[in-house]
Amino acid sequence: MARFVASGSLRLDAVVPAEMNAEALHVLADGVPSVPCGTPLSRAYTPGSFAHRLLELPQVAGALSSLVGPEPDVDHHAVHIREPHGGEAQPLHADAIIDVRTDAFDVQLMYYPQQVTLEMGGTLSVPGSHLRRTNETDTGRYQNLRGQDRLVCPAGTVVFLHHGLWHGGRRNDSDIPRYMFKIRFNPTVRQRLLWDVTDLHDPRVRRELDAHFPWYEQAGGRLERYNRVLLWREVTGDEGFDLDHWVTRVANRPEGDAA
Amino acid sequence: MTVGRTTPAPQETGTPALRQRVLVLYLSTSALDSPVIGWSRYDGTGRTSPTTGDSDEPPYETGVAALCDGWRLIQAAQLIPSGSGSEYDVSFLKHEFFFEQLVDSRV
Repeated sequence: MARFVASGSLRLDAVVPAEMNAEALHVLADGVPSVPCGTPLSRAYTPGSFAHRLLELPQVAGALSSLVGPEPDVDHHAVHIREPHGGEAQPLHADAIIDVRTDAFDVQLMYYPQQVTLEMGGTLSVPGSHLRRTNETDTGRYQNLRGQDRLVCPAGTVVFLHHGLWHGGRRNDSDIPRYMFKIRFNPTVRQRLLWDVTDLHDPRVRRELDAHFPWYEQAGGRLERYNRVLLWREVTGDEGFDLDHWVTRVANRPEGDAA
Repeated sequence: MTVGRTTPAPQETGTPALRQRVLVLYLSTSALDSPVIGWSRYDGTGRTSPTTGDSDEPPYETGVAALCDGWRLIQAAQLIPSGSGSEYDVSFLKHEFFFEQLVDSRV
């Protein structure tokens, strides 16, 4: 969870079995029937359907529950197919419209049934961009950022993105179509301590939260940590948590009189 | 009425057909010699089509390195203070520098 709060994504490599990945190519090519926005997860997909089985996989279900809690609503889903040597790269964007919630977040599941090579134009994402207050494709001017993640992954990989993460489908320069299935989830419970917190005070948690990403400006990178501390306080309820005194220092308002 | 061409086409005169190449560098601070953290390219000759996510390595390490390679700075982002109450917000990249090269599209 600390890594998700810092980077805005959680990647699970090859968690979907090979037989389901093979099935997915047909299922996704045929299209997945739409689900009305806001349908509770338990009613969104027919038991036995591909999407239902995908979301029942232990690692997928566990990650989803850790991030948004039990019984989230399905916001929407979409199948993305990038034809070989076809189309343009998407401009860098965050989905939907500007979403500046600091006390809640949606997640987007992205499932890749095939091995994705660099040439196939996997999803581009920018680690640590999820707290930036920008609207949809207004970031389209940014073509490349240091430390960007051009997804290359084995078949059956699932990635969860914070709703604000800058991302975009890259141009497919290969000879085969590339498939991706996306589902956006809205939490229906407060997102606090929803994951296994037995290692909450492990020193590695603090190191994850203090991550620096190469595309941050020198000054802006400090503000990123400030906002990250606020998000960690929100998801843990620990109002005393801080990194390098960033939040504590500027919140200091002594009220006592000098003796 | 017939409108005749008053200016010979460049290929008829040997005049260069100048087109603009644009390089946008995003820097770590407002200083032109600070490290490059992001970059975009646009090619007015139409010979190349740079796009989103097409490279992981920046073309230059700093803005000054682009100057040394012949790029001409044509715009630098203004320094605008945050509005009251939004001092801790993060949004677009602040330190944006536009460069151009004029190239002969016939060559």
